[in-house]
Amino acid sequence: MPDMKLKLKIWRQKNAKTKGSFVSYDLDNVSPDMSFLEMLDALNKRLVEAGKEPVAFDHDCREGICGSCGMYINGYPHGPVPGLTTCHLAMRYFNDGDSITIEPWRAKAFPVIKDLIVDRSAFDRIQVAGGFISVTAGAAAEANAILVSKVKSDEAFDSAICIGCGACVASCKNASAMLFVSAKISQFALLPQGKVEAKARVRAMIREMDKQGFGNCSNTGACEAQCPKQIKLTNIARLNREYYKAY
Amino acid sequence: MITLNAKIPEGPLEEKWTRYKSTTKLVNPANKKKLDIIIIGTGLSGAGSAAALGELGYNVKVFCYQDSPRRAHSVAAQGGINAAKNYKHDGDSVFRLFYDMIKGGDFRAREANVYRIAEVSNQVIDHYTALGVPFAREYGGTLDTRSFGGVQVSRTFYAKGQTGQQCLLGAYSSLNRQINAGTVTMFPRRDMLDIVVIDGRARGIIVRNLLTGEIERHSAHAVVLASGGYGTIYYLSTLAVNSNASAAWKAYKKGAAFANPSFVQIHPTSIPQLNEFQSKLTLMSESLRNDGRIWVPKNKGDKRPANDIPEEERDYYLERRYPTFGNLVPRDVASRAAKERCDAGYGVGDTGLAVNLDFRDAIKKQGKKVIENKYGNLFEMYQHITGLDPYEEPMRIYPAGHYTMGGLWVDYELMTTLPGLFSIGESNFSDHGANRLGASSLMQAAGDGYFILPNTISNYLSGEIRTPRVPTTGAEFDEAEKNAKERIDKLLSIKGKNTSTTFHRRLGKIMWDYCGMTRNEEGLKKALKLVDELRKDFWSDLMVPGEGADLNQELEKAGRVADFMELAKLMITDALNRKESCGAHFREEYQTPDGEALRNDNEYSYVAAWEYNGDNEPILNKEPLKFEFVELKERSYK
Repeated sequence: MPDMKLKLKIWRQKNAKTKGSFVSYDLDNVSPDMSFLEMLDALNKRLVEAGKEPVAFDHDCREGICGSCGMYINGYPHGPVPGLTTCHLAMRYFNDGDSITIEPWRAKAFPVIKDLIVDRSAFDRIQVAGGFISVTAGAAAEANAILVSKVKSDEAFDSAICIGCGACVASCKNASAMLFVSAKISQFALLPQGKVEAKARVRAMIREMDKQGFGNCSNTGACEAQCPKQIKLTNIARLNREYYKAY
Repeated sequence: MITLNAKIPEGPLEEKWTRYKSTTKLVNPANKKKLDIIIIGTGLSGAGSAAALGELGYNVKVFCYQDSPRRAHSVAAQGGINAAKNYKHDGDSVFRLFYDMIKGGDFRAREANVYRIAEVSNQVIDHYTALGVPFAREYGGTLDTRSFGGVQVSRTFYAKGQTGQQCLLGAYSSLNRQINAGTVTMFPRRDMLDIVVIDGRARGIIVRNLLTGEIERHSAHAVVLASGGYGTIYYLSTLAVNSNASAAWKAYKKGAAFANPSFVQIHPTSIPQLNEFQSKLTLMSESLRNDGRIWVPKNKGDKRPANDIPEEERDYYLERRYPTFGNLVPRDVASRAAKERCDAGYGVGDTGLAVNLDFRDAIKKQGKKVIENKYGNLFEMYQHITGLDPYEEPMRIYPAGHYTMGGLWVDYELMTTLPGLFSIGESNFSDHGANRLGASSLMQAAGDGYFILPNTISNYLSGEIRTPRVPTTGAEFDEAEKNAKERIDKLLSIKGKNTSTTFHRRLGKIMWDYCGMTRNEEGLKKALKLVDELRKDFWSDLMVPGEGADLNQELEKAGRVADFMELAKLMITDALNRKESCGAHFREEYQTPDGEALRNDNEYSYVAAWEYNGDNEPILNKEPLKFEFVELKERSYK
């Protein structure tokens, strides 16, 4: 594939107090082998060399596992290809001459900090409220003293792989964090280690989720469709069940 | 000169740690909450130690540059975590794990420390399992293990190809429990700019709030660096792009000796670079070498598609050179062998800088389903990045900068040469000698954090119970803050033409060419000059737009690259000094007739601990390595 020319429309916002707006950029020589973030790096290099402020965005591992990156690409969180984070989205999924609109996550609980960076600390506060099994270093029993069926353990793993990027919230018309919360609740609900504190955990995490200003779940399933780790909607069903059981 | 006292406990190897724990000084529970501890970094070692110290009742403050502690780069470790459980009944033991690490590190690590990490490895697995980490299991419900590069037993616990993520989220959950309990306070989006030293002890830090640009002061009775390695110095590396050496480098400049900085592991199996804007090279877990066979064409410059090359025209060079270990030789050996073939003109792909990692035979023998189960997510990742299907054609792989065995010198208590400053996980030099074996980094980081530091730090803190909370108003804090601000102003005022990334790329190229997989005296001397020139350029032609008192990612990068420029010289100096080949440090002048590393135990069986000396050459301090429990041998995988 030859190099591409793109028209970028990027949300620029100086800080939380200033109003933002879209700014257009033409970008040439985009290699189809670039990742989406490397394409932004190329734009930023041009901006910085001209003494202008680059587009700010969160990123780190660039291998789809840290959960730092995330932005709407043509309206889709992490872009149009299912199962990929923004850093793994290759430019070969786009065509020469494409216009691409890039925006930060939009959710009341994720205020914009600058350009494409939002504040996702609400996610951490939910985990702090109850996303743990209370075991002190040194107190654990011999690992094989806890037998866990392989099926359950694998299922717990499938929930545990959430990277906390926020795409579920961004994709939801209610900006609900149910998929995120349910992934952690499910992981622990499926394992014997998590049973002891199950009730207190789900109550605390839901209470904190509501406090942080996330919306309610209305079962449209957009979160599942947009989750880069393809966390399943059935986790939300399990969360609801755990929640009923807790009262 | 500093004195290096490793403080290794007396007694037989297997009793040292127990004896140490039984006799070390403790801190009364009522006094613990009066003692403040600062931790930099929230990976497996940082988050683990924060949780464990919080559980003990200390008052802990934790800092990371990411927006959340859950994103620290331990998250990206793929293959697994070692422990000497011997669940497979294949002859494993604490001693064997210890021996494999000592041998894998080419006899350049300290026996007592290595034995101790092997000893606590089992506790780490117990703890993570209790925390709900979903490790892979057998159908009977017990934990599964697999074998991993460089050893002959199956001791690696894993969670598909995402073991690091699962362990880190376990550590993050235990950290969260302590934040909830109020023993730990979390400070995300902070870059550490300096260590504050008062009366010869580490007493605090200066950080930059990355959201506001504000410079903050934080004080404590002890400071713990869990800030990771410096492999991103090569620009092209498998690390998170923001991983950096700055915290460790600032510690060095404040009096903590830096040990074996040239010991860097180049990982053999990463996806080759695809475009010039790419710095991150994605790793393909070394577990793939359990089933994948590495080969290049027997004929130089053979450009046929891999599948068109018949069996007899393929050179499975690792199986040929190392019949006993074959594709499972340690990382340094596999990396050098790939470089050797590519340099000789047998490389594949457009650039000729790649070798094949082929699953054809494994798929034929075990079926696609089994292979998909083991490596599905890695194959998918490979396909997304390259557009090629590894079920149908071999993966192309090439070595990339990965893990740094070198780091801050620490004694048995994990304390640096600056009293009150500790270093854990990859940021210290302690356990991997001149080369790290696969699945040992998670083990060491978790072991240091949860089970070693909490026991050793009390010996230091027991002497601090009469020290009142340290005020942040003293002259030392003023001075450190002033220096940090001046450097920021300087970086912002150059207003040149090139980005810090451009300089980073140039620096990485110098280091990769002359201080990478193989080194020689001429190249290293040349590299010293090149780095000096580049550094001058950097300070006269750098462009950082924006201001200091704002979120400014270019400024963050510039500060990190500035530190890399200084660290590069120390790495080269160390590589020049070590006139032998050992582990990942391969000096071309010192090799056996068939191209293997040639150690010089008489002259170089020591840890090189470099001491900062202002603008003068750094001072070399030597910690002799005594091998009382193993016999020094030539490391052979043939």
